[in-house]
Amino acid sequence: MTRSPPFERPVFGPRAARFGLYAFLFVSAAFFLLPLLLVISNSLKPMEEIRQGNLLAFPVKPTFDAWVTAWKSACTGLDCGGVRPGLWNSVKITVPAVVISTLAGALNGYALAQWKSRHANLIMLLVMVGLFIPYQAMLYPTVKILSSFGLFRTYCGIILVHVVYGLPYTTLLFRNFYVGVPEEISRAARMEGASFFRTFRSVILPLSTNILVVVAILQFTGIWNDYLLGLIFAGNDNLPMTVQLTNIVNNARGSASPNVNMAAAVITAIPTLIVYFLSGRYFVRGIAAGAVKG
Amino acid sequence: MSSVSIRKIRKSFAGLTVLDSVDMEIAPGEFIVILGPSGCGKSTLLNVIAGLDDCDSGQIVIDAVDVSGLEPSQRGLAMVFQSYALFPAMTVRRNLSFGMEVAGTPKATIVQKVDWVAKLLQIEALLDRKPSQLSGGQRQRVAIGRALVRSSSICLFDEPLSNLDAKLRAETRVELKQLHETLKSTMIYVTHDQIEAMTMADRVAVMHKGRVEQFAHPQSIYEKPASLFVAGFVGSPAMNLLEGSLDGTGCFLVGLRSISSSAYPFENPSAGEAVLGIRCEDIGIVEPGSPDSIPAQLAFTELLGADALGWFDCLGKRMSVRLGVDAARSMAKEVGLRFDMAKASFFSAATERRL
Repeated sequence: MTRSPPFERPVFGPRAARFGLYAFLFVSAAFFLLPLLLVISNSLKPMEEIRQGNLLAFPVKPTFDAWVTAWKSACTGLDCGGVRPGLWNSVKITVPAVVISTLAGALNGYALAQWKSRHANLIMLLVMVGLFIPYQAMLYPTVKILSSFGLFRTYCGIILVHVVYGLPYTTLLFRNFYVGVPEEISRAARMEGASFFRTFRSVILPLSTNILVVVAILQFTGIWNDYLLGLIFAGNDNLPMTVQLTNIVNNARGSASPNVNMAAAVITAIPTLIVYFLSGRYFVRGIAAGAVKG
Repeated sequence: MSSVSIRKIRKSFAGLTVLDSVDMEIAPGEFIVILGPSGCGKSTLLNVIAGLDDCDSGQIVIDAVDVSGLEPSQRGLAMVFQSYALFPAMTVRRNLSFGMEVAGTPKATIVQKVDWVAKLLQIEALLDRKPSQLSGGQRQRVAIGRALVRSSSICLFDEPLSNLDAKLRAETRVELKQLHETLKSTMIYVTHDQIEAMTMADRVAVMHKGRVEQFAHPQSIYEKPASLFVAGFVGSPAMNLLEGSLDGTGCFLVGLRSISSSAYPFENPSAGEAVLGIRCEDIGIVEPGSPDSIPAQLAFTELLGADALGWFDCLGKRMSVRLGVDAARSMAKEVGLRFDMAKASFFSAATERRL
């Protein structure tokens, strides 16, 4: 008598699942990466290849000429200095605005989450209202307010605008993080004689690394990629890269050169990409921590 | 060593009275346990003493100075929290030294103090670790160390042992008591665990619904509870309680049966509705029908190792009697119970206070 072989699960089961998973991830990644790939490949083409009109073809004779032009000699309106001056403008707007809005948001969030004043929830609600109103709706009043203080179209003005418009968002993120931090820690610091600010600086900030990184990245991306506020509030001397990028793209003089436009676009996007690459680990950790702790 | 006076402290949250005129006089160097069920206001009282919570009215006086309006750090107290509340981003060493850094203590003194407390609590090996790398018991020691390191004259403890397992809790209890003997600082300790209260306290304050029901030596809380609540809350198993009435001539009537109360040392003699309370070890087993005994039927026995509990149906109540193990094994079904009235307690049914 022969025994029937024991029932076996098909061996390809888990492997097929894995394959499906990777296929899905690959397709998703391709979906988001293809436009970037197209932009890069076209930025590397000389004008002759562009004129052939085949957008999807890879460059036959790759060249960085368009990049060099975009960097230092493309015309942004009247002057032809490329996006180079814009890079420094963007940096000097973004860095202080990110630092101030992140730290101020942390302080706000900590105060609202842990030092229960009677109106903390009401204040949080008002902050949320600030989050829901599109800032285009607030542009005109903001212009009026800034000009009455002599800050309209100045360096300090643009930073102030970014900080104020960023605060509801950063406050909300930090508040939700600090709600998950046990209140007894603040109380213990108070027993040790630490003031509100000392507690915040020595006890609370050091345990907020992950959320600090997340918020700083979100703010960095938002402020770096901002166009509208930069255009309106920065003033001619401080126009950020994004504004100069559109000026290059919309430049009416001479013939259009898509390869230069695309090169300029990639150059403008590089700093945010670098920030993501350098801090990806913290970013994922911070998002996960936020998800667990509420 | 400092004395603490708590005077007429009142506090209410949203119409709910949490502390209802609490008075307490604590002598220098005393170990005081505040005992009560959850929600009785004991932790709130501790936070009010610490200055972390405000009270509606009343005074906290430390060493004859009214500190009611002062910040916690200006009151010269230290506190151990239930969740330990160590600073997560700091090493154990910095957790211990943080308060002194804030106060601007010279570096050399800080090092010296940290070394002293680390040796005292045997946590020298942990000094460079983060709190997340410590076990629960180790975190507990660090939290105690942080409270002791500045040699505050008053230490507050908010249920510090409730997150430890039973064995560790028993060990730490003994150590804390020894620390108190060594340091002689005034300690105020909040707990819901009556064993901690009985073993550690010089005096216990039993709290109920925002009031101090009784503030006395643990043994007298056990033997002479001041109110019906204390009688029922302290002791395991709970005190046996019998409702009846005192006739004013030395007899306590339960239904048709009369128990002589002449041996009972009345503090406030009165007649009328009353409750007799008697501990399980103050009841003797006699032959059924003996004089001064009450007939009872054995329901079941519990062997507890060292001794045993017999549960009897008597006068319509289930009553516990502490027995020897051998006696419990051979217990007859029908017995007589004889109450040791000298050790019993009478409470007024109306005021629930001791008579």
